Amino acid sequence: MAEIVMDEVTKRFADGTEAVKQMSLDVGDGEFIILVGPSGCGKSTALRMIAGLEDITDGQVRIGEEVVNEKAPKDRDIAMVFQNYALYPHLTVRENMAFPLRLAKVPKEEIDRKVEEAAQTLDLAQHLDRRPANLSGGQRQRVAMGRAIVRDPKAFLMDEPLSNLDAKLRVQMRTEVSRIVAREGTTTVYVTHDQTEAMTLGDRVAVMRSGVLQQVGAPGELYASPVNLFVAGFIGSPAMNFMPGELSGDTVKTPLGDLRLPDQVRGAVGGVDGGRHVIVGIRPESFEDASMVGGDARDRGMTFGAKIDLVEQLGAEQYAYFQVEHEGVQSDELRELAEDAGSDEVPSSGEGQIVARLESASRISRGADAELWLDLAKLHFFDPSGGRNLAAQ
Amino acid sequence: MERGTREYALWSIGILLILTFSIFPVLWIVSVSLKDPATITEGTNFGNTFIPQDITFDNYDALFTGGVSESPFLKPLINSILIGLISTVIAIVLAAFAAYAIARLDFPGKTLILAGALALAIFPAISTVGPLFDMWRALGLYDTYPGLIIPYLAFALPLAIYVLVAFFREIPWDLEQAAQVDGATPFQAFRKVIVPLAAPGVFTAAILVFIFAWNEFLFAISLTSSDASRTVPAALAFFTGESQFTEPTGNIAAAGVIVTVPIIIFVLIFQRRIVAGLTSGAVKG
Repeated sequence: MAEIVMDEVTKRFADGTEAVKQMSLDVGDGEFIILVGPSGCGKSTALRMIAGLEDITDGQVRIGEEVVNEKAPKDRDIAMVFQNYALYPHLTVRENMAFPLRLAKVPKEEIDRKVEEAAQTLDLAQHLDRRPANLSGGQRQRVAMGRAIVRDPKAFLMDEPLSNLDAKLRVQMRTEVSRIVAREGTTTVYVTHDQTEAMTLGDRVAVMRSGVLQQVGAPGELYASPVNLFVAGFIGSPAMNFMPGELSGDTVKTPLGDLRLPDQVRGAVGGVDGGRHVIVGIRPESFEDASMVGGDARDRGMTFGAKIDLVEQLGAEQYAYFQVEHEGVQSDELRELAEDAGSDEVPSSGEGQIVARLESASRISRGADAELWLDLAKLHFFDPSGGRNLAAQ
Repeated sequence: MERGTREYALWSIGILLILTFSIFPVLWIVSVSLKDPATITEGTNFGNTFIPQDITFDNYDALFTGGVSESPFLKPLINSILIGLISTVIAIVLAAFAAYAIARLDFPGKTLILAGALALAIFPAISTVGPLFDMWRALGLYDTYPGLIIPYLAFALPLAIYVLVAFFREIPWDLEQAAQVDGATPFQAFRKVIVPLAAPGVFTAAILVFIFAWNEFLFAISLTSSDASRTVPAALAFFTGESQFTEPTGNIAAAGVIVTVPIIIFVLIFQRRIVAGLTSGAVKG
């Protein structure tokens, strides 16, 4: 068990593309850290550099105080779980899990003991003599984890291990992974493109974009205080709503109306005289059905009217979709997020669509002219060029 | 198509005709080998019966009498077996290493090597016989095992490499990486993970190389001069008959049977593997 330090690590390919750009990350001993980001952001490359499966162009990787840049994967004492499990098809489950121990020339009795123990933890005891081809996806994934656990390594590296499972199984296995990692207490670096997994599993989450680390912090911190537009739009589901706004003195002019900035927000943004174009970010849960909001809470926010296009009733909550008119928000970050989410291909989920999360008891229905309330204390403001969160000075 | 219909019957007849046409020469040779040497050429063209009147094993006996030193067949048979096996083993080992590098790595000259291998495979062997004869005589390799094994390797390697490259490509890269992370050196990963998975391919390549070496005639007859290393195809040409003017047809037929039939049985048993091996690279899954 050891800490992992990435010190200005860069990965440059032969054709000049930089998959990872001077990434510095400290993973504490026993910490469970998640690398998350859209496809192609460099998270898998970073993980493989820690593992030793990719050469490091610049910078250092240290595992437990030791610089491991030149070390072969087998000498780094780390275990890896691959996206498609990479189980040895010609060996049984038992032999798969015993493989690393056999290579390390561990005595046979100890190998048997460790394999049995891991099989008990992972509920694989009755499958030990089967071949991977005869197992289900979830079982194979557990064998892959078992192969990692038996080694008792300095760190676990997991490359999107749940991506190949169907949705329901993924939710179940998420708790399994969490339980196993907590039980073993080993330092874990976990790569995923699913922000839900990132938020639920990690002690800390590191968001990456195009090879650059955007923000590292506890899930709650990333959610409440995203440092830029990209993190704000990436974390949270449904995603944050964005619209253009113009700061002028105490108010910000938005398509929803002129919002009066509450004191704490004004202080954070640093009041600007004269117009200043910003991007306003509002999370769906900052909205509410105006009729459900109590008196004193109302003062904290602002009510406005909206024509509801669509209502999704989820049981515990509802999502209401409505349109606002605006010229559109120009931003590289938003374009990239839309591409990653696939929403740039869907005509209806374009500019101007807002998602609001309402109480499930709300009577608002599709097509209605509803009165909604917006919590002004929960607004985020971003600089359109660069996407920096204006509150994060 | 259902059994008992006219279509089925016609197809059956057609297939039977083709089968008979294909296998007839082989059956004829078997029949000739069982006939009394003196009576083989008897009778009119078609009067020569297909099924021998008196089945005799004299031809087979003649092949084996005299033991290794005297029999015209036994030593060549041993040569064939040994040269075939040695060529196969060396070719497979070398081809496996080459195929692994070609399938997994990107190195300068890779296309050149592949093109070179292909060029070798389609090269007319006969044009190399003259120079090889001279070279081997000068080097003292004439009429020796290495003298035959080396040209066999040169012509069998391209085939083996191509078959094995197709197989290695099918094996996911991840498995070797998993093995490396698990603590294996690249060679251990190759030996413990890749080779078992490539076994069908290795099998196929081995069978193809062995058959090539076994049936090879050109080099066998040009680069040997005695039973020291002469293989069966070449040795057949030197069989002597009862007199200076008679062809030892019976003996040749018997030798042919001994040499051919095992291969046929071999291939029949392993045919699934061979077909799987040759078509595996074609379709994913």
